Amino acid sequence: MGELLANVDPVEIWQATLDTLLMLGGSLLFTVLFGLPLGVLLFLTGPRQMFERRGLYGLLSVLVNALRSLPFIILLIVMIPFTVLITGTSLGVAGAIPPLVAGATPFFARLVETALREVDRGIIEASQAMGATPRQIVIDALLPEARPGIIAAITITAITLVSYTAMAGVVGAGGLGDLAIRFGYQRFQTDVMVVTVILLLVLVQILQSIGDRLVVHFSRK
Amino acid sequence: MIELQQAGKTYRVDGRDIPALLPTDLRVERGEIFGLIGHSGAGKSTLLRLINRLEEPTGGRVVVDGEDVTALDAIGLRAFRRQVGMIFQHFNLLSSKTVAENIGLPLRFAGNTDKAGIARRVDALLARVGLEAHASKYPAQLSGGQKQRVGIARALATEPKILLCDEATSALDPQTTGQVLQLLADINRELGLTIVLITHEMDVIRRVCDRVAVMDGGTIVEQGNVGDVFLHPRHATTRRFVLEAEQVDENEQLEDFAHVGGRILRLTFRGEATYAPLLGRVARETGVDYSILAGRIDHIKDTPYGQLTIALIGGDIEAAQRRLGEAEVHLEVLRGEVSHGEGGAHG
Repeated sequence: MGELLANVDPVEIWQATLDTLLMLGGSLLFTVLFGLPLGVLLFLTGPRQMFERRGLYGLLSVLVNALRSLPFIILLIVMIPFTVLITGTSLGVAGAIPPLVAGATPFFARLVETALREVDRGIIEASQAMGATPRQIVIDALLPEARPGIIAAITITAITLVSYTAMAGVVGAGGLGDLAIRFGYQRFQTDVMVVTVILLLVLVQILQSIGDRLVVHFSRK
Repeated sequence: MIELQQAGKTYRVDGRDIPALLPTDLRVERGEIFGLIGHSGAGKSTLLRLINRLEEPTGGRVVVDGEDVTALDAIGLRAFRRQVGMIFQHFNLLSSKTVAENIGLPLRFAGNTDKAGIARRVDALLARVGLEAHASKYPAQLSGGQKQRVGIARALATEPKILLCDEATSALDPQTTGQVLQLLADINRELGLTIVLITHEMDVIRRVCDRVAVMDGGTIVEQGNVGDVFLHPRHATTRRFVLEAEQVDENEQLEDFAHVGGRILRLTFRGEATYAPLLGRVARETGVDYSILAGRIDHIKDTPYGQLTIALIGGDIEAAQRRLGEAEVHLEVLRGEVSHGEGGAHG
């Protein structure tokens, strides 16, 4: 057993796991915080919606598409000056979170927009007929109706963020993916590679099953 | 109560104007059930939505209780909409909320934060529509008829003066349709609520409406009391709806007529006259024979009516027709006399 996992340092693995979880938690929180309103805005200003604004929707769309088309590894580097500006450092977990949020927010916002479009238009019409304000329609009708879709969007985004964190090693953020690349790949320590990949797999599995359970719990159909 | 003054709606699609509703005048009186019937695309759905401005009119005015609805700002419009309940073909309930939460929603939208007060009101509404046992269920757990009852309870939550029904029974089976229509009639009577409903089924009009407007091609082609319109339709569209409701094929009927001799009359009885033994008496006294070609005895709302298509053969046909004409019967001659022999030969 010791022979088999000769290069695996439990402390290092534990630290890497912690870094991954920190990056994931921090970036997911801000992604949802920024992405949800952005998704709602995309939906409301979209074609044939309550606040249709061709100009604004077009602008937001281009912005979102531009950020989504940029490879994450490039985003990570391009954003360094901005990251220093808001976190004071471009290194470590803190240095990785701004680019992770910037990479995942447009993606999540699109998923939210799609989830809102899935809500029956009749719900909006009925709410309007009841005398609801636009704010009430969004908060009391649209978001609760889209809740299963939004939870599924958060799950997909979390899993995407897990794979993004592997690249965050470039700015010295650490984490499981970074360990796999530096030790497992570059130093041919296959045992480290296998252990970290298994840990990432388990993490993704856990995220997916939590997400699935929440979707089922909140689906009343 | 509700008045449309040259109100119309035109959509602009790819630079072309598509009229959905031509400039229309209409009056709906307080406390009545007013039906709008038409095929899809006739403009009835647009007309209904002009009343609570879910559709903005592109011309004319909508006046409700002396108030120009078309002139209201956003805040005024929301306050106005609380006085106008609406129910929908596909119910439009929130699947994420329980029955009780759905019914309480208009009260929350109105800014009511008194939870105990809302709960009491919801309980009363649940009792009103007979769903006391289903308060904590989700819409997906209910049948179509129950969902529409929730829709009705929700529409009544803010104690509106007007109820708009958008094809409210079109997604329901015939038995459930009857129950929902009965509930609407009860509400109309007990709460004095003015109801405007749209439908493509003449049977819905016949069962609950006081007055009806028939729509075709974005305009009202005929309107009046349901009894008059239903029993004596004038416009071709109206006739088609009536024949559909009675499941009569006009061509088949004409073919049937070819087999009988004599004079063919249609008699329409309304009210108590429906039950009078008129035909037998006239036949005895004038010596005519009659055969019944088609007939129906039913109700228009609460008024019984009968409509019989008969052939008079032999005897004193003129006297018989005169006697029938003097009675409380509406009489139409569908076909003049054909000689006995000719009719007999076919028969």
